[in-house]
Amino acid sequence: MIKNLKKQNVWFVFTPYLWLVLFFFVPLALIFKISISVSEWGMPPYRDLFSFSENGLKINSTLGNYLFIFSDPFYIRSYFNSLSLAFTSTVLCLLIGYPIAFYVAKSKPSIRNILLIMLIIPFWSSFLLRVYAWKVLLQGSGIINSILIHIGLISEPISMLHNHYAVILGVVYTYLPFMILPLYGYLVKFDLNLIDASNDLGAKPLNTFVKVILPLSLPGIVAGSMLVFIPVVGEYIIPEMLGGSDKLYFGKIIWDEFFVNRDWPIASALAMSGIVILVFPIIIFQLMYAKYNFKNE
Amino acid sequence: MNKLFFKIFTLTIGFSFLYFPILTLIAYSFNDNKRVMVWKGFSFRWYKELFQNEQILEAFYTSLKIASLSATFATIMGVMIGFSLTRISKIPARPFFIFLSSSPLVMPEIILGLSLLLFFISSNHIIGFPSSKGQLTVLISHITFSVAFVAVIIQSRLSSYDKNIEEAAQDLGTIPNMIFWKVTAPVILPAILSGWLLAFTLSLDDLVVASFTTGPGANTLPIVVFSKVRLGLSPEVNALSAIIMLIVILAAISIYLINRSNIKK
Repeated sequence: MIKNLKKQNVWFVFTPYLWLVLFFFVPLALIFKISISVSEWGMPPYRDLFSFSENGLKINSTLGNYLFIFSDPFYIRSYFNSLSLAFTSTVLCLLIGYPIAFYVAKSKPSIRNILLIMLIIPFWSSFLLRVYAWKVLLQGSGIINSILIHIGLISEPISMLHNHYAVILGVVYTYLPFMILPLYGYLVKFDLNLIDASNDLGAKPLNTFVKVILPLSLPGIVAGSMLVFIPVVGEYIIPEMLGGSDKLYFGKIIWDEFFVNRDWPIASALAMSGIVILVFPIIIFQLMYAKYNFKNE
Repeated sequence: MNKLFFKIFTLTIGFSFLYFPILTLIAYSFNDNKRVMVWKGFSFRWYKELFQNEQILEAFYTSLKIASLSATFATIMGVMIGFSLTRISKIPARPFFIFLSSSPLVMPEIILGLSLLLFFISSNHIIGFPSSKGQLTVLISHITFSVAFVAVIIQSRLSSYDKNIEEAAQDLGTIPNMIFWKVTAPVILPAILSGWLLAFTLSLDDLVVASFTTGPGANTLPIVVFSKVRLGLSPEVNALSAIIMLIVILAAISIYLINRSNIKK
C-alpha cells in the first residue's frame, strides 16, 4: 500500500528517527567527546577538544580519564559490584518468578485473569514507593524486627538496612514483575496438553520440565532476564535508599562524580566504559543464545 | 493433591511477597504519629496534611502534565516507527533503523540522563536553546526514552495482523489515507492505548532522568518524594503511596471488567 502514498508522506514517517538521532545519539557522542577531554575549572568544566592558536589547530584530547578509572580499584570494584548485583538478582528473580508465572499460566482462565491483574498492579505502582516500602519494613523499629522479637528469634532489633543484602532484596522485589510478565506471556501460549503427552509417554516430571517446558519458555526467560539485568546494572535509586557503604555501585558513582565532584570528564568516561562493560555480557549472551537456537533447529 | 498444595503454596508465598510491603505502607499511613513506626492510633491526619502540602500538589500537577504530553508525543512517534518498520517493504537499511529505534531500550537511565543533561547544556551554549533547564527539557528526555517502548508494542501488533485486510481495502478502491484511518487505525487502537499508558507510567515513574534534566519550577513528583525519603521516613509519603495504590487498583479492576465484558460479547 505504501507505494501508492506520495513520497513526502513516506519521509514524514521517518521524523522520529531524526528525533532519536538528535536526542539520543548526539548526546552519546557528546559524552564520548567530553570523556576524552581534559578536566578544567570553569564553565563548562572541561577544555575544548579543538583549540586554535598561532601554531594552528591543537587537539586537547586525552585518554587520561579512562586510564584514571581503570587504574583505580575503587571504580573497577563498582563495575564488578553492579554486574554481580545484576547477575544475582536476575537469577533470583528467575527462580522466584518462574514458578509463579508457571502456576498463574496453568490456572483456570477465570482465576488466571484475576491473578494476572494482581501481577500487573505492583508493576504499575510507583517504583520509588515500592523501594521506600522496604525502607519502612527493614527499619530497626520496623515491622520485621518487631515480628522477629515477638516470636523470640532475636532479642534486640538487628540492623537490616544499609547493606548489600537489603539492596538485593529491594532489586528482586521491584524487578520481579518485569521477570514474571514476559515469562507468563510465553507460558500461557503453549499447549498444556504437551505436558500430559510427555507424562503419558512415560517421562518423569523433571524430564518433562527440562525437555519440554523449559525449551518452550526460553524466549520468555531471555526477555525477562534482559528486562531485569540491563536496568539493574545502572540502578541508582535502590542502592541509594537501601544500600550502605559496604558496596558501591556504578550508577551511584556516576551520580556522585557528576553532582558532587562536578567532574564531567570522569563522569562521562565512567558512562562510556559502563556502556562497553554492559554491552559485552549482552553480546556474549546473545551469541550463546543464537548458537543454542541454531543447534536446535 | 500434593501438586495442588504445592501450587497454592507457591502462589500464596509469591503474592504475599509482592503485596506485604505495599499493604504495610498503607496500614502505616493511618498512623497518628509523626514517628512512622510507632503506632499511636488510627487517623486521617497525614491525608489532610498531604492535601495541604503545596510542594507535593504542585509536583503532582507538573508530573501529570509532563507525563500526558510525553505519552502523547511518544505514541505518535512510536506509531510512525512501528509503521515504517512493518509496512514499508522497501525500507533501505532496515537493520539500521531497527538499531536506531531500539537502542534506548538497553541504555541504563543514569547514562541517558547524564548524556541528555550535557547535551542540553552544550546546545544552550552553542545555539541558546533550550534557554534554561525546566519542564521542556524533562519533557524532551521523557519522550526520547518512551518512543522505543511504544514502538515495540505497535510493531508487534502491526506485524501480527493480516496485511491482506489492507490490500483488500486497496483492491476495493479505498484511497491510501482512508485505509490508514478506516482499516489500520482501528486494528492497532488497543496497541496505541497500551503504548500511551506505558509511556505515561514510564514518565510518571521516572526519577533518575528527570533529576538530571530538571531545572527551576520543574520538580516532578518522584523528585519531591525522593528528597523526602532519601534520608528518612515521611508519614505524608505513606499517605501518598496509599492513594497511588488505590488509583492503580481501581484502574486495574476497571480494565479487568472492560476486558471481561468484551470477551463475553
